[in-house]
Amino acid sequence: MQQSKNDLWVGLFVMLGAAALVFLALQSANLLHLNFQTGYRVTARFDNIGGLKPKAAVRSAGVVVGRVESITFDDKTFQARVTLELDKQYAFPKDSSLKILTSGLLGEQYIGIEAGADENNLVAGDSLTATQSAVVLENLIGQFLYSKAEEGGKPSGAGSKK
Amino acid sequence: MSWWRPSDVGLAVRSQLADAGQAARLFWQLIRQVPAAVQRPGLVRDQVHFLGNYSLAIIAVSGLFVGFVMALQGYYTLQDFGSTEALGQLVALSLLRELGPVITALLFAGRAGTSLTAEIGLMRAGEQLSAMEMMAVDPVRRILVPRFWAGVIAMPLLSLVFNAVGVVGGWIVAVPMIGLDGGAFWSQMQGGVDVFSDLGNSVIKSLVFGFTVTFVALLQGYTAKPTPEGVSRATTRTVVMASLAVLALDFLLTAMMFSI
Repeated sequence: MQQSKNDLWVGLFVMLGAAALVFLALQSANLLHLNFQTGYRVTARFDNIGGLKPKAAVRSAGVVVGRVESITFDDKTFQARVTLELDKQYAFPKDSSLKILTSGLLGEQYIGIEAGADENNLVAGDSLTATQSAVVLENLIGQFLYSKAEEGGKPSGAGSKK
Repeated sequence: MSWWRPSDVGLAVRSQLADAGQAARLFWQLIRQVPAAVQRPGLVRDQVHFLGNYSLAIIAVSGLFVGFVMALQGYYTLQDFGSTEALGQLVALSLLRELGPVITALLFAGRAGTSLTAEIGLMRAGEQLSAMEMMAVDPVRRILVPRFWAGVIAMPLLSLVFNAVGVVGGWIVAVPMIGLDGGAFWSQMQGGVDVFSDLGNSVIKSLVFGFTVTFVALLQGYTAKPTPEGVSRATTRTVVMASLAVLALDFLLTAMMFSI
């Protein structure tokens, strides 16, 4: 097949498109830092997960050490069962504790993991028991109002000002 | 009110059905003739050159300005919440998920779709298609199939160029002009954009839009009335129908891809 001068331009066009794809994949989506190695899974039960979602980060000392794999509801204990996938390179003691935290005032929720003192490390399939639920704003307000009502319980101050 | 007669309603329904049937048959012919396009890649190459290379300038310039505007508007809104470092993520996600494929498809319909319709409509009007049939050359195979596959190839590439240029445009406004931190701009973008669910779906969307726009343009040209007025109407209908189809399909695709 004979070469035509369109060959060059179409080739350049296709290469430009491929270059755009590579640029987007590397610079926008950070393909190189994708984690293909699988970690080990542990489960934990929370009374209330608040707004935690799958794929949320698991951080220790602020460093991302894993991801939330899945969240299901256990209708035996009426708790949320959260499966975490922790990076293989990080090991945590068996009695580590989990907390659901919020990044910033309105930010996304993530799980903070604090190392315990046990000599044995977590292995795949372990279940963490020391967990602290998410802070739910409505419950906080409810507690606040309740304690306020207890403080000034006797007369209502509505008419006393007059 | 003569058009209320039942026979007129019947005629309208029947002609709609006939149009739909013709469209479906043409679509099936285009899909079935992939081997014809592979046998003569030169034809496809020339059409990619015509549809793709010549659309590159308008796509790149539009992408640049859309990126500029996204960054400016996003900056003013995000400033109120004190989270201007999320600007990179905002620009990249809006471009990849929606604006890139959709605006590219609309521009592609206006730039390349109309020229396809007018070209084929004029071939029909000048009886070139009939002449080819007389010479036992299938006009669908020789004329329509290379153009169809060229459009399907060119559209995702153009959409990728639009996205990349738009991201760079957003960076130009955010970092050198407004003076945001470049590291935060890129790292927030990289944290929020997923290769498969965002970039992959962007490519899938643009591929579907390429199919749609090229097919609408070819169908309108092929079924145009062989008169100057018929060709001009067909060209207008290409833009209207392709744009509506792209926007409606975009809603469907978005609902399917990003619902959960």
